[in-house]
Amino acid sequence: MQPSIVEFIHNRRQSLTEKWLEEIQRVAHDETVERIPDEIYTQTNREFIDLIVDTLDLKQEDAKERIKQFVERLIHIGWPLSYFTRGLQAFRRVILDAIREDPSHEETPIEIFYDIENWIDGIVNQLVDEYSGTWESTLHLQKMALKELSAPLIPVFENISVMPLIGTIDTERAKLIMENLLDGIIEHRSQVVLIDITGVPVVDTMVAHHIIQASEAVRLVGAECILVGIRPEIAQTIVNLGIDLSKFPTKSTLRKGIESGMELTQRKIVTT
Amino acid sequence: MSIQSCVEVHTEWGIVSARQAGRNLAKDVGFGNVDQARITTAISELARNIYLYADKGEICIEAIQELDKHGAKKGIKVTARDKGPGIKNVREVMSDGFTTSGGLGAGLPGVKRLMDEFDIDSVSGEGTVITTIKWLR
Repeated sequence: MQPSIVEFIHNRRQSLTEKWLEEIQRVAHDETVERIPDEIYTQTNREFIDLIVDTLDLKQEDAKERIKQFVERLIHIGWPLSYFTRGLQAFRRVILDAIREDPSHEETPIEIFYDIENWIDGIVNQLVDEYSGTWESTLHLQKMALKELSAPLIPVFENISVMPLIGTIDTERAKLIMENLLDGIIEHRSQVVLIDITGVPVVDTMVAHHIIQASEAVRLVGAECILVGIRPEIAQTIVNLGIDLSKFPTKSTLRKGIESGMELTQRKIVTT
Repeated sequence: MSIQSCVEVHTEWGIVSARQAGRNLAKDVGFGNVDQARITTAISELARNIYLYADKGEICIEAIQELDKHGAKKGIKVTARDKGPGIKNVREVMSDGFTTSGGLGAGLPGVKRLMDEFDIDSVSGEGTVITTIKWLR
């Protein structure tokens, strides 16, 4: 950046800051910001404007590091990204206005504009990168967490395992169900597996198809599959769709499924 | 009353949100549990067909009202629209057990049985529009 502009900004730091603070009140006052206490908001505004102006004198790496520290803290408390982008746009407006009102520049307006634009864009890019980086890693962690939860096989009795399914079944999950079922049957030496669909909101042809395939595969490894947790409305839609689930036993509740699983393995529950 | 809400379908998540929108509207219109499940399942089938065969398209859901000799009847209308390859032989896809994707082949005939009215309009190479209605009884 040309030294004269840097000097110009430094000389007017005070008045630019005041103008920006007014401007930011006007543009960045949405719902998310309103929930933040006033004193923190004012303090953050101050810190932010100081940081912007300070980056002028810092070396590129130092500037990056300082922005990073500042932003990480704010991401952590859930500060909206729009505040920063709007704040920087407001800052650019304030500076360009100030430069326009002061005619003592040698550079052409386009040169000045280009310099300012470059400077502000650099900061915006870094902010957006920091934010999207955090979002992506959060998303990744949640995906992993969801995957771990998606198709557990629980050995409840000797030779009997249960797979409770909750939520939507998509292709990726269907694959996991199949893998976990077969691996679990071998690992736990299950003779009977109960697939519980109480928590599955919609059973359409694809879901049914995956369940049929899974139970067929279970049969091939020498175990038996019982489908349990069929709610009345699901039963009716399955009939309407014309899906044939007669190849394996089905039960309305997990409890009844366990009872028939016991029968299949020549045991029963007795009360003493 | 006839505010149409459309959901774009180009990922499996689109299927889920179309379904969700359908379930909410069905609940608002006053459908019972079983019909809610029927409508949601039908939407799920239609949305999945879009995702599988046409890559992308949209599902539009609206509450409708019609006057007949018994008074006004309310219902829900689901329109599935895509610009996919279209269906060459409509009679074939409407028969049970016909599938090109290795599925069960119960999708479209199933939707017809789940809903009250069913209309399919497809031009090979241009796309498909399926309109179905479920009336509140």
